[in-house]
Amino acid sequence: MILPVVGLIVGILIGTFCPISIPQEYAKFFSVALLASLDSVFGGLRAAAEEKFDNTVFISGFFTNALLAAVLVYIGDRLGIDLYYVALLAFGLRIFQNLAIIRRYFLRK
Amino acid sequence: MLSIRQGQVSIALVCMVLGFMLAVQFRTTQDSKSSVSYQRVEELSQRLLQTEKERDGLLTEVNRLKTTSGQEAQSQELADLKMGAGVVPVEGPGVTITIDDSKTKSKAGENPNLYLIHDDDLLKVINELKAAGAEAISINEQRLIATSEIRCAGPTLSVNNIRSAPPYEIKAIGDAKNLENALKMRGGVVETLQVWGIQINVKPDTNVHVPAYKSTFHFQFMKAATEDGEKQ
Repeated sequence: MILPVVGLIVGILIGTFCPISIPQEYAKFFSVALLASLDSVFGGLRAAAEEKFDNTVFISGFFTNALLAAVLVYIGDRLGIDLYYVALLAFGLRIFQNLAIIRRYFLRK
Repeated sequence: MLSIRQGQVSIALVCMVLGFMLAVQFRTTQDSKSSVSYQRVEELSQRLLQTEKERDGLLTEVNRLKTTSGQEAQSQELADLKMGAGVVPVEGPGVTITIDDSKTKSKAGENPNLYLIHDDDLLKVINELKAAGAEAISINEQRLIATSEIRCAGPTLSVNNIRSAPPYEIKAIGDAKNLENALKMRGGVVETLQVWGIQINVKPDTNVHVPAYKSTFHFQFMKAATEDGEKQ
């Protein structure tokens, strides 16, 4: 459990001190991708809680979700449909569901 | 704790990517929210929108006024031109001047003409009135217009080709005080004429009625020039 936390902290540090800034027009895609990855991580935690965790599924899900979310929002932008909010809603809902399941797991323990 | 045995390294990598994304996103959001240029753009676009709305409103109002009041403006202009040309009777504050021949008899050997009113005496009075800002002038109910003449015709005076005998009554519309002062100033017209005993009386009035020019206009020689002709 130590290694993932260390990874997270290192990532935050790199992001903070790396002089990379997302251009204004891509900020939307990036935020949706971020939400998707957050969702994946919580999904992974939930799977671990249910003892169904699969490393390959987790990692592929993480990147695919993020990319797909960004692409979806981009297509929505092109078509004039605000898929941004749809992605936000879907991922937000799932994050809360996963959190609820993880919470129950800890309470039962 | 959660038991994740397999692939700790790959999970750490994923967590690193997540942390990186979080941090970048956090900084981007903070940058864009707090940057002066962003706020300025927001404010400027707001103001631009507002100003454009205002401009469109004003444009429509201008169009509306142009279409509805073009007629009114034209008729107002026409009325002004008519008053200036002297074809309508006008009234307003001004002065009434009566001039009569001298009562004093010419002495033997003196020119009796000096004691009579001549066209140049009246012209001086008229000129003085015009200089003092008279807007409409009539002599014995003959409105003075652009082509009016004032000349001696034997013992009488001809104005607009109508002859009249003394006493003459001149009516002028304008600033009554100005007109009176212009005539009565020291060394002015009234004083000069009074030397010869000519009776001249200036009476300011709050409402002077000046009649219209009674004849008609007919122009034998002149016609309106085209724009090109004016330039050449």
